[in-house]
Amino acid sequence: MSNKGSIIYLEEVTVDYDGFKALNNLNLIVEYNELRVVIGPNGAGKTTLLDVICGKTTPASGRVIFGKDINLIGKREDQISALGIGRKFQAPSIYANLTVWENLDLSLKRESKGIFATLMSKPTATEYRTIDEALETIGLKDHPHRLAGSLSHGQKQWLEIGMVILQDPLLLLVDEPVAGMTDKETEQTGLLLQALAEKHAVIVIEHDMEFVRQIARTVTVLHEGAVICEGPVEKVQADDRVREIYLGRQKVAYT
Amino acid sequence: MIAEAADEKPRDGGEGLTFWFLGLVLLIILPALNVLPSDDSWLHVSDFTLNRFGKFLAFAILALGLDLIWGYTGILSLGHGVFFGIGAYCIGMHLMLTIGTESVYGNDLPDFMVWNQVKELPLFWKPFYSFWVAVLGAILVPVFCALIFGFLAFRSRIKGVYFAIITQAVALSAWLVFNRNETNLGGTNGLTDFKQILGFRLSESGTQRALYVITVLALGGAYFLCRWIIQSRAGKVLVAIRDSEQRVFFSGYSPATYKLFVFVVSAGLAGLAGMLYVPQVGIITPGQIGVLPSLEMVIWVAVGGRGTLIGAIIGAVGVNFGRSILTNYFPELWPFFLGGLFIAVVLIFPDGLVGLMRRLTIGSVRKTLGLEKPSAASEGAQP
Repeated sequence: MSNKGSIIYLEEVTVDYDGFKALNNLNLIVEYNELRVVIGPNGAGKTTLLDVICGKTTPASGRVIFGKDINLIGKREDQISALGIGRKFQAPSIYANLTVWENLDLSLKRESKGIFATLMSKPTATEYRTIDEALETIGLKDHPHRLAGSLSHGQKQWLEIGMVILQDPLLLLVDEPVAGMTDKETEQTGLLLQALAEKHAVIVIEHDMEFVRQIARTVTVLHEGAVICEGPVEKVQADDRVREIYLGRQKVAYT
Repeated sequence: MIAEAADEKPRDGGEGLTFWFLGLVLLIILPALNVLPSDDSWLHVSDFTLNRFGKFLAFAILALGLDLIWGYTGILSLGHGVFFGIGAYCIGMHLMLTIGTESVYGNDLPDFMVWNQVKELPLFWKPFYSFWVAVLGAILVPVFCALIFGFLAFRSRIKGVYFAIITQAVALSAWLVFNRNETNLGGTNGLTDFKQILGFRLSESGTQRALYVITVLALGGAYFLCRWIIQSRAGKVLVAIRDSEQRVFFSGYSPATYKLFVFVVSAGLAGLAGMLYVPQVGIITPGQIGVLPSLEMVIWVAVGGRGTLIGAIIGAVGVNFGRSILTNYFPELWPFFLGGLFIAVVLIFPDGLVGLMRRLTIGSVRKTLGLEKPSAASEGAQP
């Protein structure tokens, strides 16, 4: 695999938490418009991987390159967000005391998000339309003025996905989107993510194997901070090491 | 549809109306009742009462700023007494210098300097001969201090209880600095014995009435400034910081910039409040700017209702009104009362008086409309 045309390129990345290596010489390449699913047992470093990409955690060593040649290490979260990386957190992270509409309005991609621009500007007609479309996509068009805190769990997850979509990122990082969702919500979320992957690169972290089978094209398996296997779902599931450390362990747990 | 609406937290609706009503009473009716009826009429508002309200309304300006940073943005500052104090001392220095030879010692220097055997006016006092330097300084010096302190604190991502503790430490050290005679700001006794402002005698009721009206207008201006901020998208960012600062980063905003902005605005308002306070009260001492007064300011906002502008005003006026009544009759009980009030707010009505009123009115309206489901307790009480 070459890094030509990749949207995110991680090379030999190590994150060290006081001696515990959350990521250990990890290498990962994701292409433009790819939907990549990252799986792995608890503590494998999945969330840390996203933290590194979006600037929440600074690695001890290694390179993180966004797009052609933008080095992400040392940049602040909001600067990385402005470059075009959006993140959906594991627990719904929304603004509970703002309305659904205000949540989306704040997230919308704008030229300036500095204090003076936000004090002065009013939403334009185009922006109203963009927000309305997003409301439609995430199934909340009947509730624009409800406080986000009063939404159901699944609706909050969608609202956050909507907020990330409106940032119009080149790369979307999604952490366990279907945790706590009903089967129907899970299925709809899968369709939503697949639709997003048409236009954006998406990295999804997931535990739910059934959901992984529904959406995945390429799966990356992490274990103890490093990639141990990568490929189509079938190949990954057939891999002996993966069965041993991840699927096998799960099987034992379920029987 | 009704159930849907009831899900929503009541927003600022009704607040505007309350504001205009209060504005009318404070700006026109109270001063008119001070001037027009004869002194023995029951409608007459005495000079003393009007002056007292002027002081409360100056506090209300500070409370608005504190509400902006604490109520809306969720940052607890326990050091706003310092900004208030800086504003107060700026105008106080000017008023000291205008006393001239009317002072007890008949010297051009302020009395306390003569007493401390300071021979020459310290350099930093000199600009305060100018009224406008004092007025601008009362707002800009607190703004500048907040800018420096806030920049360092927010850039290092100091927040929550750590920010509160550091601001409290600042309040304590400011108090110590102002207390020292060597600081040349009057030490423990502060600045007092003012005679005139812009040539008007401070002892005359006309001057005090004018100061009162200026305070009401300043409060109105501060209210509109705060309302404009919280209704803009920037205001939504402030609430967003309170709800989820992490998400604000990932929405592409820099929380530190917004926090610094709101901290600086609230410091400017505190300075303005201090500036209006001094000529009406006639004295400023370190005792009014230290740790305890800073804590009290937070209690005003909590009692009135965090996160509503009108709540901050009601809290500042209400608590201080209660204080001036209670300290008349039971001076030693006030600290206990204040503490009790704070506990009551935390335990019983966390949204303050405004929240309590909203709950009562919404509750009773819903009951009249028959929308209220009978609660388990009232069901149990029925035979």
